[in-house]
Amino acid sequence: MIKDENYLKNIANFCIEKSIKNGSEAASVTVYNSVSENINIRNKKLDGSERSENLAVTLTTYIGKKKSSISSSNLNEKNLNNLVKRCVETTNNTPDDQLNSLPDKDLHFYGDKNLDLYDETHLENIEKIDFIKEAEEEAFSNKKIVNTNGSGFSQNKSNFVLANTNGFIDGYKTSQFTAYCEVVSKDNGSMERDYEYSSKRFFNELLSPKELGKKASEFAVRKLNPQKIKSEKIDIIFDKRIAKNFLSSFANAITAGTIAKGTTFLKDKLNNQIFNQEINIIDKANIKRANGSRYFDSEGVKVKELELVKNGIFSDYLIDTYNGKKINKKSNGRSSGTTNLYFKNGSISFKDLIKSNKKILYVTETIGRGANLITGDYSVGASGIIIENEEFAYPVSEITIAGNFNEIFKNIRLANDLEFNFSTNSPTMLVEGMVVGGK
Amino acid sequence: MSEFLKNTDLTLNRAEKIVSDTLNNCDDGELYIEETNTESIILDDNKIKNSNYSTDSGYGFRAVTGDVVAYSHSNEISEQSLINSSKNLASTHIKSSGMYDFEIKKTNQKFYNDIDPIETKSLASKIELLKSMNEYARSRDSSVKQVTANFLGEKKNIEILRNGGELLKDNRPLVRINVSIMVEKNGKKETGIYGVGGRQSYDDFLKDENWKKICDEAYRIANTNLESKPSPAGEMKVVLGPGWPAILIHEAVGHGLEGDFNRKKTSVFHNLVGQKVASDGVTIIDDGTIDKRRGSLNIDDEGTPTEKTILIENGILKNFMQDRLNARLMKTKSTGNGRRESYKHVIMPRMRNTIMLNGKNTQEEMIKSVDHGIFAVSFGGGQVDITSGKFVFNCTEAYEIKNGKIGSPLKGATLIGDGPSSLKEILMVGNDMMLDPGIGTCGKAGQGVPVGVGQPSLLIDKMTVGGTQL
Repeated sequence: MIKDENYLKNIANFCIEKSIKNGSEAASVTVYNSVSENINIRNKKLDGSERSENLAVTLTTYIGKKKSSISSSNLNEKNLNNLVKRCVETTNNTPDDQLNSLPDKDLHFYGDKNLDLYDETHLENIEKIDFIKEAEEEAFSNKKIVNTNGSGFSQNKSNFVLANTNGFIDGYKTSQFTAYCEVVSKDNGSMERDYEYSSKRFFNELLSPKELGKKASEFAVRKLNPQKIKSEKIDIIFDKRIAKNFLSSFANAITAGTIAKGTTFLKDKLNNQIFNQEINIIDKANIKRANGSRYFDSEGVKVKELELVKNGIFSDYLIDTYNGKKINKKSNGRSSGTTNLYFKNGSISFKDLIKSNKKILYVTETIGRGANLITGDYSVGASGIIIENEEFAYPVSEITIAGNFNEIFKNIRLANDLEFNFSTNSPTMLVEGMVVGGK
Repeated sequence: MSEFLKNTDLTLNRAEKIVSDTLNNCDDGELYIEETNTESIILDDNKIKNSNYSTDSGYGFRAVTGDVVAYSHSNEISEQSLINSSKNLASTHIKSSGMYDFEIKKTNQKFYNDIDPIETKSLASKIELLKSMNEYARSRDSSVKQVTANFLGEKKNIEILRNGGELLKDNRPLVRINVSIMVEKNGKKETGIYGVGGRQSYDDFLKDENWKKICDEAYRIANTNLESKPSPAGEMKVVLGPGWPAILIHEAVGHGLEGDFNRKKTSVFHNLVGQKVASDGVTIIDDGTIDKRRGSLNIDDEGTPTEKTILIENGILKNFMQDRLNARLMKTKSTGNGRRESYKHVIMPRMRNTIMLNGKNTQEEMIKSVDHGIFAVSFGGGQVDITSGKFVFNCTEAYEIKNGKIGSPLKGATLIGDGPSSLKEILMVGNDMMLDPGIGTCGKAGQGVPVGVGQPSLLIDKMTVGGTQL
C-alpha cells in the first residue's frame, strides 16, 4: 500500500519547520512514495518478479539568495534532523545567486483535481503473469518467432506531497500500468528483435494482450532478411514511435534554461517560421487520464496549456521560475518539462502519405542519441522498410540518416492518425529529402 | 559485524535467520544492503547553480530458484520490512533443485582505498576550484561563451549477507569531474566536453593545476569542431584513436558477450565459443582488477572477487562474462561480473573495464594506408541491438582521411556497424593502448553502472558513416 497524503504531509511539515528552526529563510520539500510490482516472463515462463517500495524526501533551503538541496531515502527522525542541518549549513556556504527564489505565490496551483490520474485496480502477481503470458503465446503463434527477449508487466502506484514556505502544500496519487512484449524472429540465419509496448494510467485502457503479442511478432518478422541500401537522398516516413522523438528534441531545445544560455539552435528564433505553416505543437496538461497530465510542476506552479508552435511559428518557451528570470518571463509551469506534448493532426491520411513518392524509406527504429541541440545536427542509425509504389517492398538495416533540424522541421508533413498512447505523441511523419548513409 | 544494522531494530542474528529461512528453499540468493552518499556541485552560466547532497540506503533481498529470480527491495531497513520481503519472495517460488553450492572465494584484494571523496575535500574548496576552472576556461579567448563544470562524488558501502551467515563487504569511492565549453565564432556554435574520474580522491586529479588540462582539452575539442565541415555518408575505412573510442568494443562485442544474453540465446555470439570471431591479433579482456579505475571492483555485487577475464584471445572467442545465476545455468563459474546499479536493482552480468590489448601496428601506418576514410578520435555515446548485432556511436571529434593524410575535422557523424562483422574487419591493431579518462557509464535494462574501456588505435576495413554529404 502506498502511504496516504497525511503521512506525507506530516513529513513535509516536519522538514519545513526544522529548516526554519535551523536558520533557513525559505524552503521547499517533496516527499515521494511509490510501490511498484513487476513481472518478467520469457518463453511463456516466469523469469522474475520484483517489488519495490520507495520513500524519499528532497529538501531545498534558501538563505538570502543562497540555495542548496539534499535528498534522502532514510526518513527516521534522527536522520532527517541531521540532513536538515547539513542542508542549511551547505546553503550558508554556497555563493549568492540573485535569481534564486521560490515561485510567485500567485502562480501556485489551486482548485479541483479532477483529471482522473489514479486507478485503484490492483493485480495480483498471478494475474500479471496471465496477462503477459497471453501476449507471448499470441506472439509465438507466428511460426517465425523463435525466442523472446523477455516480456513484462508492471503496476506502479505513487503518491507525493510538495510543500513550501509560501504556504503551498498539495499532492496527488497517480498510477501506471505497463505491458511490453519483445520477441525474436528468425529466418535463413537472419535474427531480428522488435517489441510492442503499452503504458496507461488505467489498467482497462491497456492494449489487449493478444494485440500486444500480435504486433510485437509482426514487427519482428517484417524486419527479417534486411538489405543494405546505397547512400542516397530520399523521402523518409517516420513511424509514430520514432516521430515523437523529434518532439522531444524540440522540447529540449526550447527550455528557458537552454535559451538563456544560448546552447540551442532555436535561440533568437521565437516568433519565426521554423516549421511549415501546417504544423502546430501543443503542450496540454489537463487531458483526463493521460500519461503526461499533471496539476502543477515540481515547484507547485500551475501548468497552463501552451501553443508552442502555431501555424509553423515558434510561439512559446518551456519556463520554470529560475530560468524564466534570466529571460524576463514568468514560469508557465514547466520546471518538470513537458506534459502531454503533441503535433496536431495533419491534413492527409497515412495512405495518401505513402503515395507521395514512388520510393520512400519507412523508418521503424533508430538507434543512438544523434541529436545535437546546439547546432541542430541530427544523425542516427536506423532500420526500416522500403516502400515502393505504395507497397512495403523489403526491410533495410545498418543505415544512417542525417540532417539538420532547421531544414528537417521545414520539410515535415503529418498524417491525420494522432493517438494519445504516451505522454509525447506524433502522427506519422514524412520528411522530404533526407540523406541516408548506406553502402 | 554489520555496520548498517546498527541504527535499526534488526540484529545480525535475526537477519541471518530470516535470510536462511527464506533461501533454504531456493537455489541461490542473498541479502544485499547498501548505503550511498552522493554530492553534486554544478557551476553553470558563471554561477554555482546547485549543490546537492543525497543519502540513500536500503536493502535488496533476492531468491533464485531455477531460472526464476524473485526480488524485493525497500529503503526501510527493519525486521518487519524484511519479513514482508521474505513473504513476497515466497509468492513466486517454484520447486528448487537444491542450494547452489558454488562457494565464494575469500579475497583480500584491494584496488582502491576506503576513503570518502565527499568529505576529504571541503565544500568551500570545491566551489573555489569550480570558479577557477570557469575563469580559466573563459580567459582562453573571447569565443568561449559558456562553461559548465561539475564535480560528482560518491561513496558507496555495501554488505552482502549470504545463506549460512557469510558477510561480505566493500567500500567504494568514485569521483567524476566534467567540463563542457561552448564556443561561438561567426555565428557558428560548437561544444567540447571533457572529463576525468575514478575510484580515488578529487585531489589525485586536480593537484598541481592538473584541472587546467581538463579545461584545455574541452576548449581544444570545441575549437576543432568550429572548423568542421559536413561529414560524408556511406561505407568507408575508419581509423579509431586509442582510449575512449573503445566504447566501440564495449558496444559491438562487450554486450553480446554478457552471460544472460547467451544463456537466453538472444546474442549473436551464443553458439560461437571456441570459434574465430575476430581478426588475428585481436585480444579482448574484461578486467575488474585495475587500480583505482572506474570499472574496477574488489568484489562484485554478489560478493565474487573480480578477476581479469579473457573474452577473445587472438581472434578466438573464449569466455562470456558471468554472474552466479547465468554461470549456474550454463554450468560454468561466475567471473565476478554480477553487478547492479543499487539495492533497487536486480543483478545482471555487466562489464567492468573492457580492453583490447596491444597489437603491432602504429597509428601512422594506419592513416597512411587509407585513401578515403575517417579518423575518429572521440565519441559521445553508443548503443547496440544485441540480437541483430547492429551498433551505433556518435563522433564528437573526427577528421577526414584523404590519400593517407589527416584532413579537416568533420561535423558530428554517426558510425553504424555490425558487431560480429566489424571484429573480422579489423585490419590493423595499434601498439598504443590507452585507457579512457574515467567517465563511462553503461546502461542496460534501465540500470547505469560505472565502467571503463581501453584500446590501441585500430583500422577497420569498412563501416557506414552517417553524414549529410553524398
